[in-house]
Amino acid sequence: MITQKTYYAWCAAIIIVALAGCQTIPKDALKLKPESLQKRALQTRVYEGITETEILSASAGVMQDLGFNIDESETKLGVIVGSKERDATEAGQVAAAIVIALLGGGAMAIDKNQKLRLSLVVRPASEDNKQKHYVRVTFQRIVWNTQNQITKIEGLDQPEIYQEFFDRLSKAVFLEGYEI
Amino acid sequence: MKFTNTAIAICSFAILLSLPGCQTNSSKQLLQTSESQVKMRSIQTRAFDTTDKNKTLRTVIATLQDLGFVVDKADETLGSVSATKLDGYQLRMTVTVRPKGRQQLLVRANAQYNLTAVEDPEIYQDFFSALGKSMFLSAHSVE
Repeated sequence: MITQKTYYAWCAAIIIVALAGCQTIPKDALKLKPESLQKRALQTRVYEGITETEILSASAGVMQDLGFNIDESETKLGVIVGSKERDATEAGQVAAAIVIALLGGGAMAIDKNQKLRLSLVVRPASEDNKQKHYVRVTFQRIVWNTQNQITKIEGLDQPEIYQEFFDRLSKAVFLEGYEI
Repeated sequence: MKFTNTAIAICSFAILLSLPGCQTNSSKQLLQTSESQVKMRSIQTRAFDTTDKNKTLRTVIATLQDLGFVVDKADETLGSVSATKLDGYQLRMTVTVRPKGRQQLLVRANAQYNLTAVEDPEIYQDFFSALGKSMFLSAHSVE
């Protein structure tokens, strides 16, 4: 025998569980945001005095230097996509896990491995000058923890990684890539 | 009111089974869509007044990058581009470009948000607005 209050509590619980399955796409997922222009500047450099094929080959070389495997490419559209899987263990997390284990809290799940993807697109920067190109590179990654759950699923935005990529590309083609 | 524990258990079980999303044969997902094909096509397609397929594909790629996507695949002959956006969720999109008559190109996009197909017309409208801006052309609706 249960009371009216308990009955309503059960109904509420069932409804909440049912609604939790209603995940919908965020309304602004495909809206151009103000920061997209800054991101474009961060991710793009202009290279001049080189053909599209040459800059694509050099980019493939830089990707290989960085340990990426090339997954897809379409030279007619200037696209190269690469990925690599690496360890994602971070010292800070390991230290925290050890502390919690020592305090009797059991095994804390920590980040274990990640898949990193790089997508490089070369695009003509001018109708007349066939040797001037925009090179835009974008990075993203998925991180799994020791319990095989996804802990991070994100694009990577740190300016340093983009700068380093373009430094390497500039060295490979003996040209300076300048910012837009 | 008084309810027996068994009655509650049976009612809860019945309600949970009848909730949408509780499929009984998951392989049916292969050919399933919840909206009609015609409706989806009109939501997902726009025509542009240009015949330059290569330039349009490159503009689609640039727009997807501006929207935070990383390009997965591209094929100029097929006229298709696929990309993924990771931002706490996974959003995958494929955009195809093909000729329409002699003076236009037809651009069709379809998106998948985590495990569900995106069927909200506003989302596609946002994409075509962004694409239209990049192309400096208006996106025409297609019936």
